[in-house]
Amino acid sequence: MNPIKTLTNGLFKENPIFFQLLGMCPTLAVTTSAENGLGMGLASTAVLICSNVVISLLRKVVPSKIRIPIFIVVIATFVTMVGMVMEGFMPALYNSLGLFIPLIVVNCLILARAESYASKNGVFISTIDGIGMGLGFTWALTVLGAIRELFGAGSIFGMSIFGVAYKPALIMILPPGAFLALGILLAINNLLKSRSA
Amino acid sequence: MNNKLIVSSSPHIRSNETISSVMRDVVIALLPATLAGIYYFRMGAVRVILFAVLAAIITEAGIQKLRKQEVSINDWSAILTGLLLAFNLPASAPWWMPVVGSVFAIAVVKQMFGGLGHNFMNPALAARAMLLASWPVEMTSWINPGSDVVSTATPLVMFGGAEAPSLFTLFIGNHGGCIGETSALALILGGIYLVYRGVITPRVPVIYISTVAVLTFLMGGFDPYFMIYQVLAGGLMIGAIYMATDYVSSPVTPKGQIIFALGCGVITSIIRLYGGYPEGVSYSILLMNVVSPLIDKYTSPRVFGEVK
Repeated sequence: MNPIKTLTNGLFKENPIFFQLLGMCPTLAVTTSAENGLGMGLASTAVLICSNVVISLLRKVVPSKIRIPIFIVVIATFVTMVGMVMEGFMPALYNSLGLFIPLIVVNCLILARAESYASKNGVFISTIDGIGMGLGFTWALTVLGAIRELFGAGSIFGMSIFGVAYKPALIMILPPGAFLALGILLAINNLLKSRSA
Repeated sequence: MNNKLIVSSSPHIRSNETISSVMRDVVIALLPATLAGIYYFRMGAVRVILFAVLAAIITEAGIQKLRKQEVSINDWSAILTGLLLAFNLPASAPWWMPVVGSVFAIAVVKQMFGGLGHNFMNPALAARAMLLASWPVEMTSWINPGSDVVSTATPLVMFGGAEAPSLFTLFIGNHGGCIGETSALALILGGIYLVYRGVITPRVPVIYISTVAVLTFLMGGFDPYFMIYQVLAGGLMIGAIYMATDYVSSPVTPKGQIIFALGCGVITSIIRLYGGYPEGVSYSILLMNVVSPLIDKYTSPRVFGEVK
Protein backbone atom coordinates (compact mmCIF):
# COMPACT_ATOMS: atom_id res chain seq x y z
CA MET A 1 0.00 0.00 0.00
CA ASN A 2 1.07 3.52 -0.73
CA PRO A 3 2.07 5.33 2.51
CA ILE A 4 1.20 8.80 1.20
CA LYS A 5 -2.22 7.62 0.12
CA THR A 6 -2.80 6.05 3.54
CA LEU A 7 -1.82 9.30 5.19
CA THR A 8 -4.10 11.54 3.12
CA ASN A 9 -6.86 8.97 3.42
CA GLY A 10 -7.14 9.65 7.15
CA LEU A 11 -6.63 13.38 6.80
CA PHE A 12 -9.26 14.00 4.15
CA LYS A 13 -10.81 11.24 2.10
CA GLU A 14 -11.91 9.06 5.02
CA ASN A 15 -11.73 11.69 7.72
CA PRO A 16 -12.87 10.05 10.98
CA ILE A 17 -15.29 12.86 11.83
CA PHE A 18 -16.60 14.07 8.51
CA PHE A 19 -16.85 10.75 6.68
CA GLN A 20 -16.80 7.92 9.19
CA LEU A 21 -18.60 9.74 12.02
CA LEU A 22 -16.47 7.91 14.57
CA GLY A 23 -15.59 9.13 18.05
CA MET A 24 -18.69 11.31 18.35
CA CYS A 25 -18.60 11.39 22.16
CA PRO A 26 -15.38 13.45 22.51
CA THR A 27 -16.24 15.33 19.32
CA LEU A 28 -19.48 16.67 20.74
CA ALA A 29 -18.48 16.92 24.38
CA VAL A 30 -15.07 18.60 24.55
CA THR A 31 -15.02 20.94 21.55
CA THR A 32 -16.13 23.96 23.55
CA SER A 33 -12.98 25.78 22.46
CA ALA A 34 -10.31 25.41 19.78
CA GLU A 35 -7.73 24.65 22.46
CA ASN A 36 -9.76 21.83 23.97
CA GLY A 37 -10.40 20.37 20.52
CA LEU A 38 -6.71 20.47 19.64
CA GLY A 39 -5.69 18.97 23.00
CA MET A 40 -8.23 16.18 22.76
CA GLY A 41 -7.25 15.47 19.16
CA LEU A 42 -3.54 15.27 19.91
CA ALA A 43 -4.08 13.06 22.97
CA SER A 44 -6.21 10.67 20.90
CA THR A 45 -3.63 10.75 18.09
CA ALA A 46 -0.84 9.76 20.48
CA VAL A 47 -2.91 6.84 21.78
CA LEU A 48 -3.94 5.83 18.27
CA ILE A 49 -0.39 5.75 16.89
CA CYS A 50 0.96 3.75 19.85
CA SER A 51 -1.93 1.29 19.89
CA ASN A 52 -1.71 0.78 16.12
CA VAL A 53 2.02 -0.02 16.42
CA VAL A 54 1.58 -2.49 19.29
CA ILE A 55 -1.50 -4.20 17.88
CA SER A 56 0.13 -4.51 14.50
CA LEU A 57 3.14 -6.16 16.16
CA LEU A 58 0.89 -8.52 18.13
CA ARG A 59 -1.47 -9.33 15.26
CA LYS A 60 0.02 -12.80 14.59
CA VAL A 61 -0.08 -13.97 18.23
CA VAL A 62 -3.49 -12.65 19.32
CA PRO A 63 -6.17 -15.39 19.21
CA SER A 64 -9.03 -14.00 17.20
CA LYS A 65 -11.70 -15.00 19.74
CA ILE A 66 -10.36 -12.73 22.48
CA ARG A 67 -8.87 -10.01 20.30
CA ILE A 68 -11.21 -7.23 21.44
CA PRO A 69 -10.31 -7.46 25.17
CA ILE A 70 -6.65 -7.55 24.22
CA PHE A 71 -7.01 -4.46 22.02
CA ILE A 72 -8.78 -2.67 24.83
CA VAL A 73 -6.03 -3.54 27.32
CA VAL A 74 -3.40 -2.19 24.93
CA ILE A 75 -5.40 0.99 24.30
CA ALA A 76 -6.13 1.50 28.01
CA THR A 77 -2.42 1.23 28.80
CA PHE A 78 -1.57 4.06 26.43
CA VAL A 79 -4.52 6.16 27.57
CA THR A 80 -3.29 5.90 31.16
CA MET A 81 0.19 6.95 30.07
CA VAL A 82 -1.09 9.90 28.01
CA GLY A 83 -3.33 10.95 30.89
CA MET A 84 -0.42 10.93 33.35
CA VAL A 85 1.81 12.87 30.97
CA MET A 86 -0.90 15.49 30.47
CA GLU A 87 -1.56 15.77 34.19
CA GLY A 88 2.16 16.28 34.81
CA PHE A 89 3.01 18.72 32.03
CA MET A 90 -0.27 20.34 30.99
CA PRO A 91 -2.41 20.48 34.16
CA ALA A 92 -4.69 23.23 32.84
CA LEU A 93 -5.67 21.28 29.74
CA TYR A 94 -5.93 18.09 31.80
CA ASN A 95 -8.41 19.77 34.12
CA SER A 96 -10.54 21.23 31.36
CA LEU A 97 -10.80 17.90 29.51
CA GLY A 98 -11.45 16.07 32.79
CA LEU A 99 -13.27 12.78 32.51
CA PHE A 100 -12.89 12.69 28.74
CA ILE A 101 -9.20 11.73 28.97
CA PRO A 102 -9.88 8.27 30.47
CA LEU A 103 -12.82 7.96 28.10
CA ILE A 104 -10.40 7.91 25.14
CA VAL A 105 -10.27 4.16 25.92
CA VAL A 106 -13.74 3.73 24.50
CA ASN A 107 -13.25 6.10 21.57
CA CYS A 108 -14.55 3.94 18.77
CA LEU A 109 -12.13 5.48 16.27
CA ILE A 110 -9.17 3.88 18.06
CA LEU A 111 -10.79 0.47 18.37
CA ALA A 112 -12.03 0.68 14.78
CA ARG A 113 -8.53 1.30 13.44
CA ALA A 114 -7.16 -1.52 15.60
CA GLU A 115 -9.80 -3.94 14.42
CA SER A 116 -10.04 -2.99 10.77
CA TYR A 117 -6.50 -1.88 9.99
CA ALA A 118 -3.69 -2.54 12.47
CA SER A 119 -4.69 -6.16 13.09
CA LYS A 120 -4.39 -6.88 9.35
CA ASN A 121 -1.45 -4.76 8.22
CA GLY A 122 2.26 -4.35 8.87
CA VAL A 123 3.84 -2.10 11.49
CA PHE A 124 5.04 0.68 9.19
CA ILE A 125 1.82 1.17 7.29
CA SER A 126 -0.22 0.88 10.52
CA THR A 127 1.85 3.68 12.02
CA ILE A 128 1.18 5.86 8.98
CA ASP A 129 -2.52 5.01 9.24
CA GLY A 130 -2.48 6.02 12.92
CA ILE A 131 -0.82 9.35 12.10
CA GLY A 132 -3.23 10.08 9.24
CA MET A 133 -6.39 9.16 11.11
CA GLY A 134 -5.21 10.86 14.30
CA LEU A 135 -4.33 14.12 12.60
CA GLY A 136 -7.55 13.98 10.60
CA PHE A 137 -9.43 13.62 13.89
CA THR A 138 -7.37 16.47 15.39
CA TRP A 139 -7.98 19.02 12.67
CA ALA A 140 -11.68 18.24 12.55
CA LEU A 141 -11.96 18.68 16.33
CA THR A 142 -9.95 21.90 16.20
CA VAL A 143 -12.13 23.37 13.46
CA LEU A 144 -15.30 22.40 15.32
CA GLY A 145 -13.90 23.84 18.55
CA ALA A 146 -12.84 27.04 16.80
CA ILE A 147 -16.29 27.58 15.28
CA ARG A 148 -18.04 26.99 18.59
CA GLU A 149 -15.58 29.20 20.48
CA LEU A 150 -15.89 31.95 17.86
CA PHE A 151 -19.67 32.24 18.21
CA GLY A 152 -19.99 31.12 21.79
CA ALA A 153 -17.22 33.24 23.30
CA GLY A 154 -16.19 35.60 20.48
CA SER A 155 -12.61 34.32 20.39
CA ILE A 156 -10.36 31.67 18.83
CA PHE A 157 -7.62 30.04 20.94
CA GLY A 158 -8.50 32.59 23.62
CA MET A 159 -7.79 35.57 21.34
CA SER A 160 -10.73 37.95 21.05
CA ILE A 161 -12.00 38.24 17.46
CA PHE A 162 -15.25 40.14 17.63
CA GLY A 163 -14.25 42.61 20.35
CA VAL A 164 -16.02 43.42 23.59
CA ALA A 165 -19.25 44.68 21.98
CA TYR A 166 -20.08 41.14 20.83
CA LYS A 167 -22.64 39.37 23.00
CA PRO A 168 -21.61 35.71 22.78
CA ALA A 169 -24.29 33.17 21.89
CA LEU A 170 -23.93 30.87 24.88
CA ILE A 171 -25.80 28.07 23.13
CA MET A 172 -22.78 27.41 20.93
CA ILE A 173 -20.63 26.31 23.85
CA LEU A 174 -23.51 24.40 25.42
CA PRO A 175 -24.30 20.85 24.21
CA PRO A 176 -26.90 21.91 21.57
CA GLY A 177 -24.22 24.05 19.90
CA ALA A 178 -22.10 20.96 19.30
CA PHE A 179 -24.91 19.22 17.43
CA LEU A 180 -25.78 22.37 15.46
CA ALA A 181 -22.18 23.10 14.43
CA LEU A 182 -21.37 19.48 13.57
CA GLY A 183 -24.63 19.04 11.64
CA ILE A 184 -24.03 22.14 9.56
CA LEU A 185 -20.39 21.18 8.89
CA LEU A 186 -21.49 17.69 7.77
CA ALA A 187 -24.13 19.22 5.51
CA ILE A 188 -21.56 21.51 3.88
CA ASN A 189 -19.21 18.55 3.54
CA ASN A 190 -21.88 16.43 1.84
CA LEU A 191 -22.72 19.32 -0.46
CA LEU A 192 -19.09 19.66 -1.54
CA LYS A 193 -18.83 15.90 -1.99
CA SER A 194 -21.95 15.76 -4.18
CA ARG A 195 -20.67 18.67 -6.27
CA SER A 196 -17.30 17.05 -6.91
CA ALA A 197 -18.71 13.60 -7.63
CA MET B 1 -69.20 22.59 -10.52
CA ASN B 2 -71.25 21.88 -13.60
CA ASN B 3 -70.42 18.23 -14.02
CA LYS B 4 -72.14 15.82 -11.71
CA LEU B 5 -69.46 13.20 -12.14
CA ILE B 6 -65.77 13.86 -12.25
CA VAL B 7 -63.39 11.05 -13.02
CA SER B 8 -60.06 11.70 -11.37
CA SER B 9 -57.43 10.12 -9.21
CA SER B 10 -57.46 10.80 -5.45
CA PRO B 11 -57.74 13.09 -3.52
CA HIS B 12 -61.45 13.40 -4.29
CA ILE B 13 -62.42 15.87 -1.60
CA ARG B 14 -61.25 19.33 -2.48
CA SER B 15 -61.54 22.58 -0.60
CA ASN B 16 -60.72 26.16 -1.30
CA GLU B 17 -58.35 26.19 1.65
CA THR B 18 -54.79 26.90 0.64
CA ILE B 19 -51.60 27.36 2.60
CA SER B 20 -51.78 31.09 2.12
CA SER B 21 -55.44 31.36 3.14
CA VAL B 22 -54.81 29.43 6.36
CA MET B 23 -51.64 31.34 7.18
CA ARG B 24 -53.34 34.65 6.39
CA ASP B 25 -56.17 33.76 8.75
CA VAL B 26 -53.71 33.09 11.56
CA VAL B 27 -51.97 36.40 10.92
CA ILE B 28 -55.36 38.16 10.97
CA ALA B 29 -56.18 36.37 14.24
CA LEU B 30 -52.94 37.68 15.70
CA LEU B 31 -53.79 41.30 14.83
CA PRO B 32 -55.58 42.13 18.13
CA ALA B 33 -52.62 40.80 20.10
CA THR B 34 -50.22 42.70 17.84
CA LEU B 35 -52.12 45.94 18.44
CA ALA B 36 -52.28 45.23 22.17
CA GLY B 37 -48.53 44.60 22.25
CA ILE B 38 -47.82 47.83 20.36
CA TYR B 39 -50.23 49.75 22.59
CA TYR B 40 -48.61 48.48 25.77
CA PHE B 41 -44.96 48.41 24.76
CA ARG B 42 -44.86 51.23 22.16
CA MET B 43 -41.85 51.63 19.86
CA GLY B 44 -39.98 48.72 21.42
CA ALA B 45 -42.67 46.33 20.25
CA VAL B 46 -42.86 47.90 16.77
CA ARG B 47 -39.10 47.56 16.35
CA VAL B 48 -38.97 43.93 17.47
CA ILE B 49 -41.93 42.92 15.30
CA LEU B 50 -40.57 44.68 12.20
CA PHE B 51 -37.10 43.21 12.51
CA ALA B 52 -38.42 39.71 13.18
CA VAL B 53 -40.86 39.68 10.27
CA LEU B 54 -38.45 41.28 7.79
CA ALA B 55 -35.62 38.95 8.72
CA ALA B 56 -37.92 35.94 8.39
CA ILE B 57 -39.07 36.97 4.91
CA ILE B 58 -35.56 37.80 3.66
CA THR B 59 -34.12 34.54 5.02
CA GLU B 60 -36.88 32.47 3.44
CA ALA B 61 -36.49 34.14 0.07
CA GLY B 62 -32.70 33.98 0.20
CA ILE B 63 -32.57 30.27 0.99
CA GLN B 64 -35.16 29.39 -1.62
CA LYS B 65 -33.13 31.35 -4.19
CA LEU B 66 -29.99 29.50 -3.11
CA ARG B 67 -31.72 26.15 -3.39
CA LYS B 68 -33.15 27.20 -6.77
CA GLN B 69 -36.69 26.69 -5.55
CA GLU B 70 -39.77 28.72 -6.16
CA VAL B 71 -39.72 31.65 -3.73
CA SER B 72 -42.84 31.23 -1.60
CA ILE B 73 -42.74 34.25 0.69
CA ASN B 74 -46.22 35.29 -0.40
CA ASP B 75 -47.76 32.26 1.31
CA TRP B 76 -47.61 34.16 4.62
CA SER B 77 -45.88 31.37 6.51
CA ALA B 78 -42.57 33.23 6.94
CA ILE B 79 -44.47 36.32 8.07
CA LEU B 80 -46.34 34.20 10.61
CA THR B 81 -43.13 32.67 11.96
CA GLY B 82 -41.55 36.10 12.32
CA LEU B 83 -44.62 37.50 14.03
CA LEU B 84 -44.91 34.59 16.47
CA LEU B 85 -41.23 34.87 17.29
CA ALA B 86 -41.58 38.61 17.98
CA PHE B 87 -44.51 37.81 20.29
CA ASN B 88 -42.14 35.62 22.30
CA LEU B 89 -39.52 38.32 22.84
CA PRO B 90 -39.46 41.13 25.40
CA ALA B 91 -39.95 44.58 23.90
CA SER B 92 -36.58 45.66 25.28
CA ALA B 93 -34.72 43.13 23.11
CA PRO B 94 -31.86 44.68 21.11
CA TRP B 95 -32.48 44.86 17.35
CA TRP B 96 -30.24 41.92 16.45
CA MET B 97 -32.07 39.45 18.67
CA PRO B 98 -35.25 39.14 16.57
CA VAL B 99 -33.01 39.01 13.48
CA VAL B 100 -30.85 36.17 14.82
CA GLY B 101 -33.97 34.38 16.04
CA SER B 102 -35.79 34.66 12.70
CA VAL B 103 -32.75 33.53 10.73
CA PHE B 104 -32.40 30.53 13.05
CA ALA B 105 -36.12 29.72 12.86
CA ILE B 106 -36.31 29.86 9.07
CA ALA B 107 -32.85 28.70 8.03
CA VAL B 108 -32.10 25.99 10.59
CA VAL B 109 -35.43 24.76 11.91
CA LYS B 110 -37.55 25.13 8.78
CA GLN B 111 -35.49 25.15 5.57
CA MET B 112 -32.73 22.76 6.65
CA PHE B 113 -35.35 20.13 7.37
CA GLY B 114 -36.96 20.59 3.98
CA GLY B 115 -39.02 23.77 4.14
CA LEU B 116 -42.72 24.28 4.75
CA GLY B 117 -44.42 21.18 6.12
CA HIS B 118 -41.20 19.39 7.01
CA ASN B 119 -40.09 21.17 10.18
CA PHE B 120 -40.20 18.79 13.13
CA MET B 121 -40.88 21.50 15.67
CA ASN B 122 -42.44 24.92 15.72
CA PRO B 123 -39.78 27.24 14.20
CA ALA B 124 -40.72 30.28 16.29
CA LEU B 125 -40.61 28.33 19.54
CA ALA B 126 -37.35 26.60 18.67
CA ALA B 127 -35.85 30.02 17.95
CA ARG B 128 -37.14 31.29 21.27
CA ALA B 129 -35.54 28.36 23.10
CA MET B 130 -32.28 29.04 21.25
CA LEU B 131 -32.34 32.75 22.14
CA LEU B 132 -33.19 31.97 25.77
CA ALA B 133 -30.26 29.57 26.04
CA SER B 134 -27.90 32.01 24.34
CA TRP B 135 -28.79 35.34 25.89
CA PRO B 136 -30.68 34.60 29.12
CA VAL B 137 -30.23 38.12 30.49
CA GLU B 138 -31.60 39.97 27.45
CA MET B 139 -34.40 37.46 27.01
CA THR B 140 -35.75 37.95 30.52
CA SER B 141 -35.41 41.71 30.99
CA TRP B 142 -39.07 42.58 30.68
CA ILE B 143 -40.31 46.12 30.96
CA ASN B 144 -43.51 47.53 32.32
CA PRO B 145 -46.01 48.78 29.75
CA GLY B 146 -45.80 52.44 28.79
CA SER B 147 -42.41 53.24 30.22
CA ASP B 148 -39.14 52.28 28.62
CA VAL B 149 -37.00 52.16 31.71
CA VAL B 150 -38.72 50.30 34.51
CA SER B 151 -37.73 46.68 34.31
CA THR B 152 -39.90 44.04 35.88
CA ALA B 153 -40.24 40.32 36.35
CA THR B 154 -42.71 38.00 34.69
CA PRO B 155 -45.99 37.87 36.63
CA LEU B 156 -45.34 34.16 37.11
CA VAL B 157 -42.63 34.81 39.69
CA MET B 158 -44.48 37.71 41.34
CA PHE B 159 -47.45 35.70 42.59
CA GLY B 160 -48.38 36.65 46.13
CA GLY B 161 -46.02 39.65 46.16
CA ALA B 162 -47.12 43.26 46.50
CA GLU B 163 -46.34 43.97 42.83
CA ALA B 164 -48.37 41.07 41.49
CA PRO B 165 -50.92 42.33 38.95
CA SER B 166 -54.61 41.76 39.56
CA LEU B 167 -56.50 39.17 37.55
CA PHE B 168 -58.17 41.92 35.50
CA THR B 169 -54.77 43.45 34.65
CA LEU B 170 -53.56 40.01 33.58
CA PHE B 171 -56.64 39.52 31.45
CA ILE B 172 -56.32 42.74 29.47
CA GLY B 173 -52.53 42.50 29.40
CA ASN B 174 -51.35 45.69 31.08
CA HIS B 175 -48.31 44.08 32.72
CA GLY B 176 -44.73 43.08 31.98
CA GLY B 177 -43.93 40.14 29.72
CA CYS B 178 -43.18 39.20 26.16
CA ILE B 179 -44.77 41.39 23.48
CA GLY B 180 -47.55 39.08 22.42
CA GLU B 181 -48.27 37.04 25.50
CA THR B 182 -49.61 39.64 27.91
CA SER B 183 -53.15 40.26 26.71
CA ALA B 184 -55.25 37.15 27.25
CA LEU B 185 -58.27 39.08 25.94
CA ALA B 186 -56.72 39.84 22.54
CA LEU B 187 -55.39 36.32 22.17
CA ILE B 188 -58.76 34.75 22.96
CA LEU B 189 -60.46 37.06 20.44
CA GLY B 190 -58.06 35.85 17.78
CA GLY B 191 -58.63 32.26 18.86
CA ILE B 192 -62.39 32.63 18.47
CA TYR B 193 -61.82 34.00 14.96
CA LEU B 194 -59.66 30.97 14.08
CA VAL B 195 -62.29 28.55 15.36
CA TYR B 196 -65.00 30.46 13.48
CA ARG B 197 -62.98 30.29 10.26
CA GLY B 198 -62.40 26.59 10.79
CA VAL B 199 -58.62 26.96 10.85
CA ILE B 200 -58.31 25.24 14.22
CA THR B 201 -60.64 23.15 16.34
CA PRO B 202 -61.02 24.25 19.95
CA ARG B 203 -59.80 20.78 21.00
CA VAL B 204 -56.12 21.49 21.63
CA PRO B 205 -56.40 24.97 23.26
CA VAL B 206 -59.31 23.97 25.51
CA ILE B 207 -57.76 20.71 26.68
CA TYR B 208 -54.33 22.30 27.11
CA ILE B 209 -55.61 25.23 29.16
CA SER B 210 -57.98 23.10 31.25
CA THR B 211 -55.21 20.62 32.01
CA VAL B 212 -53.06 23.45 33.32
CA ALA B 213 -56.03 24.83 35.26
CA VAL B 214 -56.85 21.49 36.90
CA LEU B 215 -53.26 20.65 37.72
CA THR B 216 -52.43 24.07 39.15
CA PHE B 217 -55.62 23.87 41.21
CA LEU B 218 -54.67 20.45 42.58
CA MET B 219 -50.95 21.16 43.07
CA GLY B 220 -51.37 24.77 44.20
CA GLY B 221 -53.34 23.95 47.33
CA PHE B 222 -56.91 24.15 45.93
CA ASP B 223 -56.72 27.91 45.48
CA PRO B 224 -59.00 29.15 42.68
CA TYR B 225 -57.26 32.53 42.58
CA PHE B 226 -53.91 30.84 42.02
CA MET B 227 -55.47 28.69 39.32
CA ILE B 228 -56.89 31.62 37.32
CA TYR B 229 -53.65 33.55 37.82
CA GLN B 230 -51.65 30.66 36.34
CA VAL B 231 -54.00 30.37 33.38
CA LEU B 232 -53.86 34.08 32.53
CA ALA B 233 -50.19 34.78 33.24
CA GLY B 234 -47.24 33.91 31.06
CA GLY B 235 -47.41 32.45 27.59
CA LEU B 236 -50.12 29.85 28.11
CA MET B 237 -52.76 31.58 25.97
CA ILE B 238 -50.53 32.27 22.99
CA GLY B 239 -48.94 28.84 23.26
CA ALA B 240 -52.20 26.94 23.52
CA ILE B 241 -54.09 28.83 20.83
CA TYR B 242 -51.43 29.59 18.22
CA MET B 243 -48.48 27.29 18.73
CA ALA B 244 -49.80 23.98 19.98
CA THR B 245 -52.25 24.07 17.05
CA ASP B 246 -49.51 24.37 14.43
CA TYR B 247 -50.48 22.01 11.59
CA VAL B 248 -47.01 20.77 10.83
CA SER B 249 -45.58 19.98 14.23
CA SER B 250 -48.62 18.65 16.11
CA PRO B 251 -50.53 15.38 15.62
CA VAL B 252 -53.10 15.02 12.84
CA THR B 253 -55.58 12.62 14.41
CA PRO B 254 -58.20 13.92 16.88
CA LYS B 255 -57.19 11.34 19.48
CA GLY B 256 -53.56 12.29 18.96
CA GLN B 257 -54.36 15.96 19.45
CA ILE B 258 -56.00 15.16 22.78
CA ILE B 259 -52.92 13.27 23.96
CA PHE B 260 -50.74 16.11 22.65
CA ALA B 261 -52.71 18.79 24.50
CA LEU B 262 -52.79 16.76 27.73
CA GLY B 263 -49.03 16.25 27.53
CA CYS B 264 -48.43 19.97 26.95
CA GLY B 265 -50.60 20.84 29.96
CA VAL B 266 -48.89 18.36 32.27
CA ILE B 267 -45.37 19.43 31.28
CA THR B 268 -46.23 23.13 31.53
CA SER B 269 -47.67 22.72 35.04
CA ILE B 270 -44.74 20.65 36.25
CA ILE B 271 -42.15 23.10 34.90
CA ARG B 272 -44.02 26.08 36.33
CA LEU B 273 -44.57 24.65 39.78
CA TYR B 274 -41.52 22.46 40.31
CA GLY B 275 -39.02 23.35 37.57
CA GLY B 276 -36.11 25.77 37.51
CA TYR B 277 -37.75 28.08 34.97
CA PRO B 278 -40.74 30.29 35.79
CA GLU B 279 -42.33 29.51 32.41
CA GLY B 280 -42.75 26.10 30.78
CA VAL B 281 -45.10 26.67 27.84
CA SER B 282 -42.46 26.83 25.12
CA TYR B 283 -40.55 23.80 26.35
CA SER B 284 -43.70 21.76 26.84
CA ILE B 285 -44.83 22.40 23.27
CA LEU B 286 -41.36 21.70 21.87
CA LEU B 287 -41.16 18.42 23.78
CA MET B 288 -44.58 17.34 22.60
CA ASN B 289 -43.67 18.41 19.02
CA VAL B 290 -40.87 15.88 19.12
CA VAL B 291 -43.17 13.02 20.13
CA SER B 292 -45.90 14.01 17.66
CA PRO B 293 -44.88 11.48 14.99
CA LEU B 294 -45.03 8.74 17.61
CA ILE B 295 -48.46 9.87 18.80
CA ASP B 296 -49.69 9.93 15.22
CA LYS B 297 -48.33 6.45 14.64
CA TYR B 298 -50.25 4.96 17.56
CA THR B 299 -53.48 6.89 17.06
CA SER B 300 -53.86 6.59 13.31
CA PRO B 301 -57.24 5.08 12.51
CA ARG B 302 -57.38 1.50 11.30
CA VAL B 303 -57.39 1.17 7.55
CA PHE B 304 -60.71 -0.27 6.36
CA GLY B 305 -60.42 -4.02 6.15
CA GLU B 306 -57.05 -4.15 7.94
CA VAL B 307 -56.63 -7.01 10.40
CA LYS B 308 -54.43 -6.41 13.42
